[in-house]
Amino acid sequence: MKTSETRFKGMRDLPSAHLLGTGTAMCAGCGGLEVLHEIYDILGKKTVFVNAAGCMTLLSIYPFTPFRGSWIYTAMASAPAGAQGVRDALDTLKRKERMKPADDLKVVCLTGDGSAYGMGLSSTSAAIDRGLDFLYICYDNEGYGNTGQQFSAATPHGARTSTSMGPRGFPGSKKDLFSIWAANSPAYAATVAGAEPLDLARKIEKADTAKGPRLILALSPCPVGWGYDPKDSVEIGKLAVKTGIWPLKEYIDGKVVHTKIPKKRLPVEEYLKRQGRFAHLFEPVRKDDILKEIQAGVDAYWEGVEG
Amino acid sequence: MKRRLLTGNAAAAWGARLADVDYIPAFPITPQTEIIETIAGWTDSGEMDASMVTMESEHSMITAAGTAAATGVRVFTATSSQGLLYAMEMLYTVAGWRAPFVLVNVSRALAAPVTLEPDHNDVLAARDSGFLQLHCSTCQEVLDGVLLAYRIAEDSRVRLPMIVNLDGFYLSFTREPVEVPTAKEAKAFLPPFDSKGMSFRASSPISQAVAVLGGGPYSYFRYETHLAALNALTVFDEAAEDFSKIFGRSYGSVESYRTEDAKYLFVMMGSFATKAREAVDRLRDEGWPIGLLRPRLVRPFPAEAIARLASGKEAVAVIDQNLSLGKGGVLFTEVSSVLYGQPGAPVMLSFIGGLGGRDISPEEFFEIAGVAKHAAKEGKAPPPRLLYTEDELKEVRKLQMIANVERGELEDEDE
Repeated sequence: MKTSETRFKGMRDLPSAHLLGTGTAMCAGCGGLEVLHEIYDILGKKTVFVNAAGCMTLLSIYPFTPFRGSWIYTAMASAPAGAQGVRDALDTLKRKERMKPADDLKVVCLTGDGSAYGMGLSSTSAAIDRGLDFLYICYDNEGYGNTGQQFSAATPHGARTSTSMGPRGFPGSKKDLFSIWAANSPAYAATVAGAEPLDLARKIEKADTAKGPRLILALSPCPVGWGYDPKDSVEIGKLAVKTGIWPLKEYIDGKVVHTKIPKKRLPVEEYLKRQGRFAHLFEPVRKDDILKEIQAGVDAYWEGVEG
Repeated sequence: MKRRLLTGNAAAAWGARLADVDYIPAFPITPQTEIIETIAGWTDSGEMDASMVTMESEHSMITAAGTAAATGVRVFTATSSQGLLYAMEMLYTVAGWRAPFVLVNVSRALAAPVTLEPDHNDVLAARDSGFLQLHCSTCQEVLDGVLLAYRIAEDSRVRLPMIVNLDGFYLSFTREPVEVPTAKEAKAFLPPFDSKGMSFRASSPISQAVAVLGGGPYSYFRYETHLAALNALTVFDEAAEDFSKIFGRSYGSVESYRTEDAKYLFVMMGSFATKAREAVDRLRDEGWPIGLLRPRLVRPFPAEAIARLASGKEAVAVIDQNLSLGKGGVLFTEVSSVLYGQPGAPVMLSFIGGLGGRDISPEEFFEIAGVAKHAAKEGKAPPPRLLYTEDELKEVRKLQMIANVERGELEDEDE
């Protein structure tokens, strides 16, 4: 999309008032909530959010809800199937003229990485197979955050979680969910970060106009799970982009395009050392081998991009 | 009304067609698959104005059924056995949403060991889920049951999903003559779907299925749902009366066969109860005062009707086609809980039979009647008993011998 085609030409074009209500049970500095605010302001209230078990399930607690549009909580594994039922029902009602077209809604899945990368991947995959017209938002805080940050399939290599407390942290690597989606020709897929709101807004704008399965994979810095001061959430998000750890990209018209390539990438250490989950890589002794491993992984990724 | 020769599965599909359902999320599983194949044929040809989607699992299927019902359309779906268990989390969930729709379960015994033939452990695993349960013993009852189930599920006093159960193979694949109502007749009984405000619309945003904090609201909503399930007893009776006026077929929450002057009763669910019914006739010919009770409704449990029909009898033999491992027959426990402490409570006998489609012979019913008569005389019930013959045991011993020989040969090869 050329700058001329977006209504978000600069920061001043971003919505100034938030649609999502305040006073929810999310933690202070929640990166997931930051991202949800930014997305919801653009999608608007003619939406129904179909939620899977995770932190965000606690947004709507009887008798309160911060959503000015609609919401339904399903279960951990089957939010995309829930989206299917809502979408099909709305289409049926329109077809049979039992609902005014103006009453139609955009169907949006909202899940954490635990569901998106793991338990919900089967129902996600099937929703893509069926070409379901829905937007899938994954707020990725790289672990089972709601239960106290155990490692998930989204946890990065070396991160300490409450189930990877050893000296080398999580031995596995973060699963590439974006590529799983991209490999199956979705209508649209993008990574975003709340700390890059303009890039995010333009992507939501594109996702919103596409029809079919669409993914928004949002890095969601988590003060509690990652171990940093809540006031630093935006800074951590920016560092994830500047170090190249969280590439901002989109899959559109059959191609993956990077939307913000850091001109000179900061060393990954700048990102890692700010977070308690990586503290064991620096003290009591510096673990150069793991740090090098992580840096090499990031470098290899960008070599592939920059060719 | 037109008479057709239909399998139980086809009768279930006809029920959905006549209920004028809007949406069918589906997933294939033996012995249910014929239902969704039949419906797929009709939606493809345009004979049914409904949209059907094949999901990737029963868990997703029930999720989609629930969210579609919550969006405001009439939903039908079907499964069996392992599928019902795979969906179990969502059975509880969508019942809690108070999403009314109909799920046909074609009973099939559960793994392990994996098998195809029926018993009721699958559907009874869903007993406490909040889904209401209607159990059928003929193909006619399957078709009628689907129509009845929509009336009950959608009633404002109930608003709960309902399972219509039929036995795999014995009913699913057995053809019987079935009176098929016309669409007009069906509509006279079951009016077009009314979501009663349960919907998602841009002009009336709502948050559904939200979390609660603490036991106070949780207990309130759970007990309220329980009371709604109990309301289905009255609603069933009303719906059955309407049904009988329109179609001339009467259904009670409990089928009571030759019980009035009986001293002894068989109690059974599902299609195997037709075997008990046959045995009652043969025993009556020999002068035995015996009858049969068959609960059609299993949830809500028709406690009052059972108490009324069984009190004052000398002995009641419950034949369970299920087994709660470590306890015994589920229906036995439920019927006993209704009769315990009642004036004129009969001696209660428990038999387990028909597991995994194992047949129950007329001779076994005669034996049960004899044991019941003896227990009544003694005033004391014998321990629970598995219906199983010496010949069957010999057969299994033979299989075990073969298995041992095969293993021995493999071990010899390894050496």
